[in-house]
Amino acid sequence: MAEKQFKVTSETGIHARPATLLVQTASKFDSDINLEYKDKKVNLKSIMGVMSLGIGQGADITITAEGSDADDALTALEETMRKEGLGE
Amino acid sequence: MAFLKGIAASNGIAMAKAYRLVEPDLSFEKKTIEDSETEVKRFRTALENSVDELKAIQSHAKESLGADKAAIFEAHLLVLSDPELINPIEEKITNEKVNAEAALKETADMFVSMFEQLDNEYMKERAADIRDVTKRVLSHLLGVAMPNPSLIAKEAVVIAADLTPSDTAQLNRQYVKGFATNIGGRTSHSAIMARSLEIPAVVGTKSATDEIKNGDFIIVDGLKGEVHINPTPELVEEYKKTAAAYELQKAEWAKLVNEKTVSKDGHQVELVANIGSPKDVKAVIENGGEGVGLFRTEFLYMGRDQLSSEEEQFAAYKAVLEGLAGKPVVIRTLDIGGDKKLPYLSLPEEMNPFLGVRAIRLCLNEQDIFRTQLRALLRASMYGNLKIMFPMIATLDEFRAAKKIFEEEKAKLLAEGQKVSDRIELGIMVEIPSTAILADQFAKEVDFFSIGTNDLIQYTMAADRMNQRVSYLYQPYSPSILRLVKMVIDAAHAEGKWTGMCGEMAGDETAIPLLLGLGLDEFSMSATSILKARSQIRGLNKADMEKLTQTVLKMQTTSQVIDAVKTATK
Repeated sequence: MAEKQFKVTSETGIHARPATLLVQTASKFDSDINLEYKDKKVNLKSIMGVMSLGIGQGADITITAEGSDADDALTALEETMRKEGLGE
Repeated sequence: MAFLKGIAASNGIAMAKAYRLVEPDLSFEKKTIEDSETEVKRFRTALENSVDELKAIQSHAKESLGADKAAIFEAHLLVLSDPELINPIEEKITNEKVNAEAALKETADMFVSMFEQLDNEYMKERAADIRDVTKRVLSHLLGVAMPNPSLIAKEAVVIAADLTPSDTAQLNRQYVKGFATNIGGRTSHSAIMARSLEIPAVVGTKSATDEIKNGDFIIVDGLKGEVHINPTPELVEEYKKTAAAYELQKAEWAKLVNEKTVSKDGHQVELVANIGSPKDVKAVIENGGEGVGLFRTEFLYMGRDQLSSEEEQFAAYKAVLEGLAGKPVVIRTLDIGGDKKLPYLSLPEEMNPFLGVRAIRLCLNEQDIFRTQLRALLRASMYGNLKIMFPMIATLDEFRAAKKIFEEEKAKLLAEGQKVSDRIELGIMVEIPSTAILADQFAKEVDFFSIGTNDLIQYTMAADRMNQRVSYLYQPYSPSILRLVKMVIDAAHAEGKWTGMCGEMAGDETAIPLLLGLGLDEFSMSATSILKARSQIRGLNKADMEKLTQTVLKMQTTSQVIDAVKTATK
């Protein structure tokens, strides 16, 4: 299982467009990908799951991936986070 | 044949078959099913069809609304492929042996209520997304068409209860010949859009969606405010003649594109346009606008999830100033609050938003937003003839506070070595009676006035302009309103300043003779009204109109004024 932590730096947190992009990226992979925030864990391929977390600026989040392409998935998600100025 | 009377919202005659932009009946019965496998398949097919339809709508929306606004459909598509939504529905069909309609509706409702309970404007909007998407899938399950403006692919007249901004933006002008709605008035969004798209429209028919079926043949008479349903061949012939005559008249008006706006006795006024984005500049030029009298900057703030940057604003202002090539451009600073809210700016709920913290009041409270806008405006000032006006000014102190911030930002930019024009005029909107009444004092300090009649009338009459039941109080020709307008114009002229008007009244056929008589300097209206207004003013004598206004200012009621104008301009 691959795992990576991020701190959300974008002013509006993970909302509308950013959430859409993360879900789109995650959906390209076969692995099970989850997003954890404040003891809550949701499927990162679910737009409703991600948005229901209401992640704001400064939040610490963890993305985990399990499956054949877990590492590639995490790399791609990290890239999306960075490119969109969401967090590091 | 039947006939509906409404409000003429946009000139012209349209004849085509009706396309109802009305939600179909999506009611269904919850049923127990035998073959859940087939039912899941049926559900998946409905999902696929919904995805295809949404993709078509999305690609059209990208063109008509821009990628930013089309992003909403991206979210809708993701909802349609969301495992957290789809899996529970399929499980429900399989385990509980219920029909797909019930499984879909019950599962989606659970999510909707979960999202609605969150104390977050943004999440509440997402609940609306889920509801929208659910309806679309449901429509496919039930085999009824879910209408969408972008799916119209042959000539049609659109029939709707009301049209939202995103509806009108997606109307394909090639096919949509006109529209008729149940609600709305001359100043409602749908009416303003119809004029800017040059589509004949009748609003406020009350019952268009009840009376008109898909495929009925419809005549929309945007000149008289009438809608004819399945008319007789004789009436169609008559309307063909009216439409042809109207086209001829438009061709006559078109000859005035490069003419000045001068009355018969040689008095010149300026006809300028109201715009809402840089995209509108083209129509201003094509319709002979002598400038922009009102650039509403709200588009830079609304329908998005964060504040626009100084750079983004600068680019928009620069584009408009350059597009007008030295002609005057009056840009109004942010007019938000009241009916317009921003999701990313959490403002307290107000009992009476139209009497609360909006426009300049908000800007003076949230100075960061205001300063960013002023900096962008100041920087753009080098690219044309910029004038800035502040909305909703009620006291001189407010104007002075706004001007002080403007001067501070100007000094900062100059200190940074930026170039800034030193002849930017600063004016105010006159929308609040207190300002109209004290106009003589304001005139000593402001460079110009622009009378915003929609709000001035609403505040003077104490009548909410969104409330149909008091819409009879929207009376631009009331002697009380005309007296206020006169006070403002006279006060400006006494100090050598000018007065414009940027409400719907400025382009109104009955108001124009009065405004000319009162000495209004600048008339700002929908671009498509300019040529008609120019033609009208060229046929009027200012001296006669002055005499007319002297009479009407002493009248008692609006209907007396209207009669007097009709008689004088016959």
